[in-house]
Amino acid sequence: MSDNEHFSVSRREVMAGGAATAAATAIPVASARAAAEQAGQVPTMPVAFEVNGKKVELNLDTRTTLLDTLREHLKLTGTKKGCDHGQCGACTVMVNGTRVNSCLSLAVMHQGDTVTTIEGLGTPDDLHPMQAAFVKHDGYQCGYCTPGQICSAVSVLEEIRQGIPSHVTEDLTGTMQPTRDEMRERMSGNICRCGAYSNISDAMSEVAEG
Amino acid sequence: MRAFTYQRADSPAAAAQAVAATKGAKFIAGGTNLLDLVKLEIEVPTHLVDVQDLGLDTIEETDEGGLRIGTLVSNTALSAHPRVRRDYAVLTRAIQAGASGQLRNKATTGGNLLQRTRCSYFYDTNLPCNKRQPGSGCAAINGVSRQLGVIGTSDKCIATYPGDMAVAMRLLDAVVETVKSDGMTRSIPVADFHRLWGDTPHIETVLEPGELITAVTLPRPPGGRHFYHKVRDRRSYAFALVSVAAVIQPDGTGRVAFGGVAPKPWRVEAAEALLPHGAKAVVERAFADARPTRDNSFKIPLAERTLAGVIAEARS
Repeated sequence: MSDNEHFSVSRREVMAGGAATAAATAIPVASARAAAEQAGQVPTMPVAFEVNGKKVELNLDTRTTLLDTLREHLKLTGTKKGCDHGQCGACTVMVNGTRVNSCLSLAVMHQGDTVTTIEGLGTPDDLHPMQAAFVKHDGYQCGYCTPGQICSAVSVLEEIRQGIPSHVTEDLTGTMQPTRDEMRERMSGNICRCGAYSNISDAMSEVAEG
Repeated sequence: MRAFTYQRADSPAAAAQAVAATKGAKFIAGGTNLLDLVKLEIEVPTHLVDVQDLGLDTIEETDEGGLRIGTLVSNTALSAHPRVRRDYAVLTRAIQAGASGQLRNKATTGGNLLQRTRCSYFYDTNLPCNKRQPGSGCAAINGVSRQLGVIGTSDKCIATYPGDMAVAMRLLDAVVETVKSDGMTRSIPVADFHRLWGDTPHIETVLEPGELITAVTLPRPPGGRHFYHKVRDRRSYAFALVSVAAVIQPDGTGRVAFGGVAPKPWRVEAAEALLPHGAKAVVERAFADARPTRDNSFKIPLAERTLAGVIAEARS
């Protein structure tokens, strides 16, 4: 048993105690589940999917988010936990080629899916063009939001290429163009507290222009 | 987050049965709203029934010239569909005015209709909320209510339905199709889908326990010019203070629905009939029964000015 598993068991016990107290006072929880939780036997399920080209098989507490699976179970810590509520975009990854907030998705919902994280886009020796452009244009300061920004930026250019409209698209039936306004609007789900937005915009423009 | 069991359903009826048969069970599709609330223990499901395998993710033409949108069609896919962009542009505009790209990629058509309020008192489990804990009171009524409802609210709750997509669907006279746990199906006009809060603000729609949304049907396109003007505190990725969905015909008649003001998309047919008389006439009629708070009374003149902007653009 790893340290991590020791930690999660003890945390579960604490939470189970809390759940039992709440059940007794206010919320009628299904009694079998409450008993199971009190005994530390939380529901787990097997799940298998592909991450950055590698197949993974795990047995997880059903509550485990895709984000926590990547970081805590697969040790892919490039993907970051910011708000954990889908507001900041730090956890952005691609699932089946589409960007999503990995914090608002359960791992067990991803059976058979293909996940790409920042680690799967490029490596220090072989950067993805968007990673190289972020470096060139200084598209970050502290860097915490950067993996999510880059996963989102790569996806934004693909979404424009696919002709998906945005809030700032004037002609909904015309061809989408990677203008600055389009890219800024489409990146609004990625917050950068350092305020590197203008440099991120520069990096994206360079990649969009090829 | 409390522990829950999880299953993937293989048919709509089986999903409905599974939820109806298990106390505390809920459907999960995109999960972007539900999991947020589960983490905060505002929603405490004991069992989740995942509906992603039901094949309800296509958009089909109907015999009447409309569209039937499967409940699992993502917000992104719906907004990008060529027929929606061409014939129901107000729907594309409304969807793209909401949330972020990541969220729209996961959020589903049915799930978006069921999006719960964003009232900050609903989210704050330290404070009373009749919606979160029936009978506990409403902290919002004497609280900070700038974002909250001005009409259709009650003494028990002044929250709004926060979404954008449903405002356009209400404008388009969309119909929600469902299946119940006994296999019976029914069609519910979006107009009747969301309830006003009354004395039971925790009951937000007319869906019965275990009733699953399978599709949303749009009737024939209404023609005219389509608008969705959303006013918010940020230019992107924020909920509406006021939004106006409108279809304006060349003769100046049309349809209008308002978002961000009420427990449901707010459309008053008698008010939209006054469109040729201008924004003031429409808003005075649509908001005749408004009961704003001191914090949010600005929403009524804001609605009028936003609609005036839409009408001016339609005439240009």
